[in-house]
Amino acid sequence: MNSAAKWGSDPMSEQTFTDTDRTDGIEPDMVDQDAAPASIAPEGPAIQPMNMIQALNSALHVKMAEDPNVLSFGEDAGYFGGVFRVTDQLQQKHGLTRSFDAPISECGIVAAAIGMGAYGLRPVVEIQFADYIYPAYDQIVSEAAKIRYRSAGQFTAPLVVRSPYGGGIFGGQTHSQSPESLFTHIAGLKVVIPSNPYDAKGLLTAAIEDDDPVIFLEPKRLYNGPFDGWHQKPVSPWKTQALAQVPTGKHVEPIGKARVMREGTDVTILCYGTMVWVSLAGAEHAGVDAEVIDLRTLVPLDIDTIEASVKKTGRCIIVHEAPKTSGYGAELSALVQERCFYHLEAPVTRVCGWDTPYPHAFEWEYFPGPERVATALKAVMAGGSR
Amino acid sequence: MTRNSRPLSLRIPEPSGRPGDAPDFSHLKLDVAGAVDRPAVDARPVQMLDLAFRLVRVLDDQGQAVGPWNPRLDPETLKKGLRAMILTRALDDRMHRAHRQGKTSFYMKCTGEEAIAVAQGMILSREDMGFPTYRQQGLLIARGYPLVEMMNQIYSNASDPIKGRQLPIMYSAKDYGFFTISGNLGTQVPQAVGWAMASAYKGDDKIAITWIGDGATAEGDFHNALTFAAVYRAPVILNIVNNQWAISSFQGIAGGLETTFASKAIGYGLPALRVDGNDFLAVWAATQWAEERARSNQGATVIELFTYRGAPHSTSDDPSRYRPGDEAEKWPLGDPIARLKQHLIALGEWTDDAHAEAEAEAVAQVRAAGKAAEAVGTLGQSRPSVKTMFEDVFATEDWRLVEQRREVGV
Repeated sequence: MNSAAKWGSDPMSEQTFTDTDRTDGIEPDMVDQDAAPASIAPEGPAIQPMNMIQALNSALHVKMAEDPNVLSFGEDAGYFGGVFRVTDQLQQKHGLTRSFDAPISECGIVAAAIGMGAYGLRPVVEIQFADYIYPAYDQIVSEAAKIRYRSAGQFTAPLVVRSPYGGGIFGGQTHSQSPESLFTHIAGLKVVIPSNPYDAKGLLTAAIEDDDPVIFLEPKRLYNGPFDGWHQKPVSPWKTQALAQVPTGKHVEPIGKARVMREGTDVTILCYGTMVWVSLAGAEHAGVDAEVIDLRTLVPLDIDTIEASVKKTGRCIIVHEAPKTSGYGAELSALVQERCFYHLEAPVTRVCGWDTPYPHAFEWEYFPGPERVATALKAVMAGGSR
Repeated sequence: MTRNSRPLSLRIPEPSGRPGDAPDFSHLKLDVAGAVDRPAVDARPVQMLDLAFRLVRVLDDQGQAVGPWNPRLDPETLKKGLRAMILTRALDDRMHRAHRQGKTSFYMKCTGEEAIAVAQGMILSREDMGFPTYRQQGLLIARGYPLVEMMNQIYSNASDPIKGRQLPIMYSAKDYGFFTISGNLGTQVPQAVGWAMASAYKGDDKIAITWIGDGATAEGDFHNALTFAAVYRAPVILNIVNNQWAISSFQGIAGGLETTFASKAIGYGLPALRVDGNDFLAVWAATQWAEERARSNQGATVIELFTYRGAPHSTSDDPSRYRPGDEAEKWPLGDPIARLKQHLIALGEWTDDAHAEAEAEAVAQVRAAGKAAEAVGTLGQSRPSVKTMFEDVFATEDWRLVEQRREVGV
C-alpha cells in the first residue's frame, strides 16, 4: 500500500480479524479490555488486519524487539498494558524494565523521558488521555522542544509522547479534548496524528526513530473502527477497510507526508484524525466531489500536497474537533490564503469544535459531524463561507 | 459546628531582618563541627531521620577537620579545590564588572557557594551527568573547562559554543558532564532522575547529580523528581542549595520556617543529609556518602547544602532593597574560601602569601581569558552567523525554516 492508497477499497477477510465489533455508536466505558492485540509476533502472515490499537501495539513490539534502547512507560501502561491496551504484553514479552507503570505524574513521566533521551535511549511514554497532558506542558514546551537548540546539538530529546485524544466517546471535558494546536505552535516539536491502523503503525515507528521529540496523538474514537460521525448508525469495524491491512513486521511511514484519502475536483478538505472519516462521509452526504487530504503530520506539514490540491480545486475547507479559535485550522487557513489566494473561488472555511469546553450531554452538538461538513461544502460550492 | 472564638488570620512569613535592621541569625540551630554521626552508606532512610534536621560540619572554628565526616583528603586535593574556588570567584568578579561595562546583558555570581559545585565537580567524573541550575559554574572550573569558552557564551559572540542562543551563564558542556541549563526553575531535577534511570536501565555505572535552589523546591517538578527517584531507586544525588534567598523572597516563603529542606526527602522514603555548604570538607564527605550509595545501586540521596547567597541574585537585582545590608558578612558559617584557607594554613600546607599568590594567578588567568574572548568580541560586537538562528530546531530543517531563513536573506 502506498501513500496514494484510497479509502474504502478491498474489504478485509473477516476470518482473521479479532476486533470486537461495535454497533452502538458510543463507548461509554472508553476502556475496551476485550480488544486484546493479536499481532505481537512477526511470525505468521506478512500482512494482517488490525484495528488501531493492535497496529500501535505491533509498532511498539517490533521496535522494542529491534532496538534495546526503546522502552515504554506510563500510567497503567506496564503489566496491565494501558487502559486502551496499546502497550499490552510489552512487559511480558520484553521485560519489566522495558515497559513499566509510572506514578500519576505527567510532568515526571515526560521529564524522566527527557533525561533518558539525553542519555541515548528512545523512550515512548503514554499520557493516558491528552486532557491530562498539561502538567507535562512545561517539560514538553520549554525542555524537550528546546534542548537541541539551546545546547547547539550537544543534547537531544528523541522521545515520543503518545496520547489518546479527541471526542465522540461521551468522555466529557476531561476525556475528549484535542490539544494539538498547543503543540504545533511550539518551535522544536513534531506533531503526528494517524487516522487508520496502517498509518498508525508506520508513523509510530517513524516517530520512535525520529531524533526529535514527537507528540503522537491517537484519535481514540478510531481505535476500534473508522467512525464517520453518523452516530445513530451502526459503526463499521476496521476489518472492512483497506487501511486496516497492516504489515506484521517493521513498517515505516514517513513523517511529513499527507495522504490523499479521496481524489476530487470540487473542493479540498484538510483534516486529520477522526475528522478524516467524518469528512469523507460529509462529502458523500453533500454529493460533492471533494479531495480529502489526511494531513497525518501537522508538523512538519506537507504543504506541497495541500497547495497542489487547493490550486486544482479552488476551494478549501478545514475540519477539526478542537475549538475554532486559534485552532490548527487558523494556521492552515492562513497558509492556503498566502499560497493559493488567486486560485480561490470561495473563502477558506473551517468546521471545528465550538469555543466551549467539551460538554458531556451535548456530545453530538459539539462534535463536528458529517452534516456540518456537508453544509460547509455546499456553502463553499455556492461561493460563500456558511 | 464549633465557632472560632476569634476571627481567622492569615499568616505571611517574614524574614528575621529587613534593610536597616541588624542581621539576626539567632533562630539558626547550628551543630558544632564533628557533632553529627555518620551513618553507614547502606543505612535505611528511617534509621537516619535526624540527619535531615542536624548540620553536618567538619571544619571547626580553628580550621581543624574533626569528627566522623572528616573525609581525610590529601593536601593536594584540598589545594586543587581551593584554587578552583578562588578562580571561580575571580571569574565572577570580572564578569560582573564586564556587565557593568556594558560588555554583556546579564551575569550571576555564586559568591559564598563556591565550595558546593567545586567539591562535587571534583568527586564525580565527566562521565557522570550534572543537571545544574545557575550557580554551579564552579563545576566547570573544577574540571578545567576553558574560561574563554565560558566568556564566549557570556558574550554570545561568534565563538559561543551554544551559538548565542541562551542568556549569559546558561552553559552547556556535555563533554564535561554539564547538562544544558534551563531558565525554568526545577525542570532539571526530574530530568536528572530520568538520566540516572537510563544508566541503571543500561546496566552502566554512571550516576547523575542535580541542584535546585531552596525557592524552587516549591515547584511540582521537584516533588515529581523525588517520587520517581524513590520509586525507581535512581542513582542520582539531589542537591538543594539553600542559600536563604530566592531573589527577594526569603526561604520561609518556600516553606523553610516549617521544616528543613532536607526533611522533604523523608516523606518520599529517601535518605536526607543537611550539610554546611560553606565547609568544603563537609560538602565533600556528604557527597561521597551519596555517591557510594548511588554507585552501589542503593538509589538517591537528598542533600540540603546550607549556605548564603553572598551576592545579588543577578546583575538585575539589588538586595539592599529587601535584606539587611551586612547580612552576608555576618553569616555565621563564614566564607567557604576563607575557611578552607584557614584549614590548609592550620595543616601547615598553605600561607597568606601562597594565598595572595594564588589569587593573583587566578586574576591573571581570568584576565588572559578575558582578552581572548574580547578579541572575538563582546555582546553585540560579534555574534554567530545569522543563518545559525535557524539551525538545531530539528535534526533537519523543515520547509518553514528554509523559507524563513531565505526571508531573512541568509
